Amino acid sequence: MTDASNAAPLREKKSLLAVDARTKKRNAAEARFKMYGIIAITLGLLFLAVLITTIISRGTGAFAQTFISVPVELREDKLDKKGNRNLEDIKKVSTFGYNPLLGDALSAVILEGGFTTEITKSKELRKLLSSSAVGQMRAYVIENTDQIGQTVTFDFFASSRVDGYIKGRVTREDLARDKNLSAEHLDLVDQMIEAGVVRKKFNPSFIFGADASESRPEQAGLGVSMLGSLFMMLVVLFLALPIGVAASIYLEEFAPKNRLTDLIEVNISNLAAVPSIVFGILGLAFFIQFCGGYLGIAAMKASAPLVGGLVLTLMTLPTIIISTRAALKAVPPSIRDAALGVGASKMQTVFHHVLPLAAPGILTGTIIGLAQALGETAPLLLIGMVGYIASNYPDSVLSGFTDPNSAMPAQIFEWAKRADPAFYERAWGGIIILLVFLMTMNIIAILLRRRFERRW
Amino acid sequence: MSGIVLLLIVLGLGALAFILARGKALSSVGGDQRALHSRPHYYGFSASILTIAPAVALMVVWGLGQSTLVQSSVAELIPASAIAEGQTVGLLMGDVQRIANGLDTAVAEGALSSDAAAALSTGADDIRGILGSVGVALGADVDPAILKAAQSYRAMQSSGATLRMIAVIGVALLGLAYGFMQTSATYRARNSVERSMRWTLIAAASVAVFTTLGIVFSVIFNTIEFFQLYPAKDFFLSLTWSPSFGGGSELGVFPLLWGTLYISLIALMVAVPTGLFSAIYLSEYASPKVRAFAKPLLEVLAGIPTIVYGLFALLTVGPLLVNVFGDSGLLGVNWMQGGTAVMTAGLVMGIMLIPFVSSLSDDIINAVPQALRDGSLGLGATPSETIRQVVIPAALPGIVGAILLAASRAIGETMIVVLGAGAAARLSMNPFDAMTTVTAKIVSQLTGDADFASPEALVAFALAMTLFVITLGLNVIALGIVRKYREQYE
Repeated sequence: MTDASNAAPLREKKSLLAVDARTKKRNAAEARFKMYGIIAITLGLLFLAVLITTIISRGTGAFAQTFISVPVELREDKLDKKGNRNLEDIKKVSTFGYNPLLGDALSAVILEGGFTTEITKSKELRKLLSSSAVGQMRAYVIENTDQIGQTVTFDFFASSRVDGYIKGRVTREDLARDKNLSAEHLDLVDQMIEAGVVRKKFNPSFIFGADASESRPEQAGLGVSMLGSLFMMLVVLFLALPIGVAASIYLEEFAPKNRLTDLIEVNISNLAAVPSIVFGILGLAFFIQFCGGYLGIAAMKASAPLVGGLVLTLMTLPTIIISTRAALKAVPPSIRDAALGVGASKMQTVFHHVLPLAAPGILTGTIIGLAQALGETAPLLLIGMVGYIASNYPDSVLSGFTDPNSAMPAQIFEWAKRADPAFYERAWGGIIILLVFLMTMNIIAILLRRRFERRW
Repeated sequence: MSGIVLLLIVLGLGALAFILARGKALSSVGGDQRALHSRPHYYGFSASILTIAPAVALMVVWGLGQSTLVQSSVAELIPASAIAEGQTVGLLMGDVQRIANGLDTAVAEGALSSDAAAALSTGADDIRGILGSVGVALGADVDPAILKAAQSYRAMQSSGATLRMIAVIGVALLGLAYGFMQTSATYRARNSVERSMRWTLIAAASVAVFTTLGIVFSVIFNTIEFFQLYPAKDFFLSLTWSPSFGGGSELGVFPLLWGTLYISLIALMVAVPTGLFSAIYLSEYASPKVRAFAKPLLEVLAGIPTIVYGLFALLTVGPLLVNVFGDSGLLGVNWMQGGTAVMTAGLVMGIMLIPFVSSLSDDIINAVPQALRDGSLGLGATPSETIRQVVIPAALPGIVGAILLAASRAIGETMIVVLGAGAAARLSMNPFDAMTTVTAKIVSQLTGDADFASPEALVAFALAMTLFVITLGLNVIALGIVRKYREQYE
């Protein structure tokens, strides 16, 4: 044997420890391949980091807003000419009637602060403030009729241009062709900032307030559409959870192996992959056109959270079914055998023993499904939740389901579509709120799983 | 409103049935539960189900039947002369319903007595004014024929509602009586309740089937209507998409399909290599620590809603790309006119799909039996050679399935393309041009001001049909491949 190998030296003699060219090449290929993997992961994580930084850096601005504090004399001769504090008479003064008071108050602020400016016209001065200012005053006066005749200091929203100037979005050059504000206004604003009349502070009405029309970005808030989302999620929770759990129980515990079961299974896995916009088509054609229009069910109308909730329920069902089935599968057969052994029926076994043990897993799946539904936008576009200005809170819990409303993602989309860049900041801010909700839901799901998960 | 009241009455009767039947069962054995076939509450539930289920079923069926009957008989009341040029009976029926609902509101708010509402006539009363005062705005003055139809619609609906109430309560009472009668110590109440429960479970499981049917029907009916107004040949073969709401639109699907496929292709070119290599590294090389850190972080990308990606495309990636490829950009080439482009949407969609591809491939690579790897490594292959020549070929069918699923996701994605791809339908090879997709056009055709019966709006359903068929096909093939692959190694 040794002779044979000696007789035909296939390779030149070399130390095993010296790496030959071919091995070097193979090792280099190995290192390269590994590097590709590292690059891919880094790339993925980098995208995530860029996305999160963009959202935070662009969106946090929306939570602060520029306010101008103006002491306004609520003159009796303008607001309550008869002087008998009759609420009906006071309500007759429209917001238009408050304009002169505001103009005078602003002139007084300038005079008092010793600011120098060329602007003297009341109409020009009022451009510093949001057009919501008069509405705010009127609402205050109607609430507090006893304050008429007094001087009250209001914190008004600055107009979105002034706000943009302070946040660095609007520059003097931008205003050259802007009819809403001029560079002189900004000179005045500079002096007012120094005097402390103009301040940027936290703005709760962005989180809790209602949406505003296209011309008042400073006033727009996410509150009403948050309620819309809440009502939709309630519908999803109360429909998708029972239906999903019932369907999973049937498929996992009772279903015989037959055509019908196969059909259902194929349907569920396909529904999970149907584009969400198609569910929007279903909502439009079936819920709004057929149920609402043809059958005349009044609650099924465009933009109603009920319809949105129904559509999202159908979308979420596959997610809930898949996770519920996994949770049921994880309950060991010995539990079922024991229950059946002491005389429980199949139904009792499932409902008294298997289901409670699977509950944490089901709950986790449901929360994740809800989080998915909360962020879904495309089907809401088709059932009319975009383009609707969500400016009114629902009157009651019941009308919260049926009154037209928007939803958080739909509201964000609506803001992103509007022409004024001041709305972009609000769209990013809205995304922060949306992501906070999603994160909270996912963390709850993870904690639930950690806390209650049982290993058998 | 009467529907809810009726439902509450039926539920109340159900509760009554529960109490009565349970009481009867217990008293029949003198309070000794052991002598009963089932536990007492089963007798209660059994009677309850008999009371509620048929009554509710009747309520639903009656509601469907009544609407159909009333609609068709009211439609006959509208004379052909009242149907103006360009209108259909369907549109007028909408008016009829709106007026009838308005009258209902007026009666409910006390602006009209119910007799006065039935006696209104267009000559004597200002219908628009009355309805306007209760917040129901009408576009034009009310045609007498329409008012007549609306009044008879109301009359039929209200007599129908009364009849329904009587019938439903009657059925509930019959059920209650029957349930009470059959309650006895030997009655197999538990078996009967469990049978009903089983049917409930089956019904819940069938919701998925009904959803699919609902999607198919709602798309098909409207698509057929569309093809009656617009030739199918032009829809599938025409190379131009230029809807004009005045009529004379050209609605060729081809440019939209091209945009969809182009964007999806770019998305896959980003997502597949990144996702696949991440999955390979995570499953074959990474230490448990790295894996525990990187995998959940990558999956965060999958949990971010698409509207966020859309905004990211519109406001961040688009302007960034214009700064590089646009006029007076970094490269000095003027390829890109605006922020919205195929490239913008494709890149962002690719980022969105990375975790989708990586977690699916990760599962599939992990399913390759360890023995294959050990064999290859034992023969002296390096890990990368093992992966390239053993693991990947073994996992290939599964990976192809995963890529197909990702493609179906990309084709059906809406928000990113609505915000990032632009609105112009064009056939161009330049990836920096704005193009549009099937999903984006579904949204724009249905959210515009178009009349719902016009081909410009109905085309959205034909587009949805195309989309549904394509994605369904991809899903069925992909799921089939993945399933087959899994079975191979089980």
